[in-house]
Amino acid sequence: MSDATTDATLPKTAAAETPEGPWRVALRKLFRDRTAVGAIIVLVLIVLACCAAPLYAKYVSQSDPFQSNLDGSITLDGNSVDIMQADTAGLGLGVTPIGPTWHGQYFFGADNQGRDVAARMLYGGQNSLLISFFATVVTLVLAAIIGTIAGFIGGLTDTVLARLLDVLWAFPVYLLAISLSIVFISKGIQIGPFTIPSNSLILPIMIIGIVYVPYVARPIRGQVMSLTRSDFVLAARCLGVPSFRILVRDILPNVTTTLIVFAPLMMALNMLTESALSFLSIGVQPPNASWGTIILDGEDLLYTQPMVAIAPGLAIIITVLALNFLGDGVRDAFDPRAKLRVKKD
Amino acid sequence: MLLPILRRLAEMLFVMFGISVVVFGIFFATPGADPAARIAGRNATPEVLAQVRHSFGFDEPLPVQYVKVMEKLFISRDLTSFVNRGEKVIPAVVESTPVTLSLVFGAAVIWVVFAIIMGMIAAATRGGIPDRLLMFLGLVGISMPVFWVGSVANLITQSRFHHTFLFSWVPGLGYTPLTQNPGMWFKQLVIPWITLAILYIGLYGRVLRANLVEAYQEDFIRTARAKGLSERRIMVRHALRTSLITFVSMFGLDFGALVGGGALLTEVVFNLPGVGRLTYVALQSLDLPFIMATVMYSSFFVVVANAVVDIAYAWLDPRVRDAR
Repeated sequence: MSDATTDATLPKTAAAETPEGPWRVALRKLFRDRTAVGAIIVLVLIVLACCAAPLYAKYVSQSDPFQSNLDGSITLDGNSVDIMQADTAGLGLGVTPIGPTWHGQYFFGADNQGRDVAARMLYGGQNSLLISFFATVVTLVLAAIIGTIAGFIGGLTDTVLARLLDVLWAFPVYLLAISLSIVFISKGIQIGPFTIPSNSLILPIMIIGIVYVPYVARPIRGQVMSLTRSDFVLAARCLGVPSFRILVRDILPNVTTTLIVFAPLMMALNMLTESALSFLSIGVQPPNASWGTIILDGEDLLYTQPMVAIAPGLAIIITVLALNFLGDGVRDAFDPRAKLRVKKD
Repeated sequence: MLLPILRRLAEMLFVMFGISVVVFGIFFATPGADPAARIAGRNATPEVLAQVRHSFGFDEPLPVQYVKVMEKLFISRDLTSFVNRGEKVIPAVVESTPVTLSLVFGAAVIWVVFAIIMGMIAAATRGGIPDRLLMFLGLVGISMPVFWVGSVANLITQSRFHHTFLFSWVPGLGYTPLTQNPGMWFKQLVIPWITLAILYIGLYGRVLRANLVEAYQEDFIRTARAKGLSERRIMVRHALRTSLITFVSMFGLDFGALVGGGALLTEVVFNLPGVGRLTYVALQSLDLPFIMATVMYSSFFVVVANAVVDIAYAWLDPRVRDAR
């Protein structure tokens, strides 16, 4: 991602004296788009809230969201209330965790282990955001490398890479992700001196990142191919500009725009994929949590304490929706020729 | 006409071979762990391990192993589970296919009908309130995790509102074969169908609207207006027809992908014993032969479905047919 940001700042400073660089025009457009700005604000708030998880756990919920708390009780309106309450229905043998209190402690209630769901959601949100963000970085970087190499070099290299992408593209995403997850998450990976334990966040990041590479690499390859054949590249070649310089100065800046347009949409997709894999128990592994694993925890309590499953789902929807809105805005701002944008203004 | 079909079929075979190599690579040739231990599952005895090693030929070179595995999967079809001792994998996959097909077919009907209605209303009122509202709802539909929608649907229809007249007809979760009791088959599948369709209604409605709006700027629409045709006729006979081209090719891909595993989450939430749920159960018990078989068969289904769609597409569209 750092590549993209340095690329983004370079032409901006270079164009300081000239009227207005394309980057600045695009950013100005983006910040004039009220929906996109709203989406950015929502996303910033979500990120800040998740970063504040340790503070929330310490001062508001006052419990360790990773420690089961089956015998504890809290004080609500002056009364002491058990966190795990005896069932009133049926034989009255089992226990049901406390429901949403809508107070500081156990705002969304407790899960099966008596842990504070609201605090777990903030910690889980950290993982969900981290995974979807870094998986996006992995996808974009790999796709940019593969797509550019295939499109720029052409010939046999292109044929091999394009065929490989075809195969991966035809592979249903979830099945590929499931195959990779089950193999790596069951035992972890050990390559030489490096050991990646099975509960490491690196595994879901790499798996989700790799699975979506063909979706981005294919359009980039096409774009690079058409750029390589375009008149201004031909002109540069005639002037004797070395290939590498053409690649860096003429082709990569164009590809960067495509990557930026893809980024928020990929992150939205990755967040949904992460939650799905975690729900299938092959994503984030305990003791770590993510919004997907909390929904999975809530599945057992669905009919008794539905808030455990509903709340993280709403968090996912709000985040993904904001990312999609941001994605629309970014596309309109950075890629004005995009087909989907025909009307408006 | 024959040559492009043959070429497409050759391409299909190549992709199938590629996928089989990728799957084999993932399950048998990943570095850092003993594949025999993975196949045999948790708590395998040394005898079972030795048996696995022998029957999969783990002491032989990789190409030989590849051939052995493919033989077990597609020719002798006697791949067995080591977690549930002796259960044959392939018959189990074949048995659960009708469930997945029932789920995906019904959902497809719902999503196509509603997406077309949604796209047409939005395009007809483009820029107006119905358009914005529908496009917003479509985006919400795309942004919801399908398993969460399923859980909420269960909460509403099975628990909270089950005793009201609205949902008292909803039977318990599960699946009844169509041949056994068509009414029950339908009742048990309605809620899963809607759940699965929501995402695609949003997606297709948005794409269709964009295509329709684009079509409205074409010259032939202006000609149609100049001829004095009614707005409805212009929409249905002229704009919609050209806009459906993308819609149809997307549909082929998504339908295949859903049958090939995308419906997994819906099947899990609604307890439908399809191929996806089979994969899920195998996931929980780390039953690798099962997962490998469902992954391989499902991906092949997707690849074949895509090839069929492409060929049908070429058959239908004279421009594509002649361009090849």
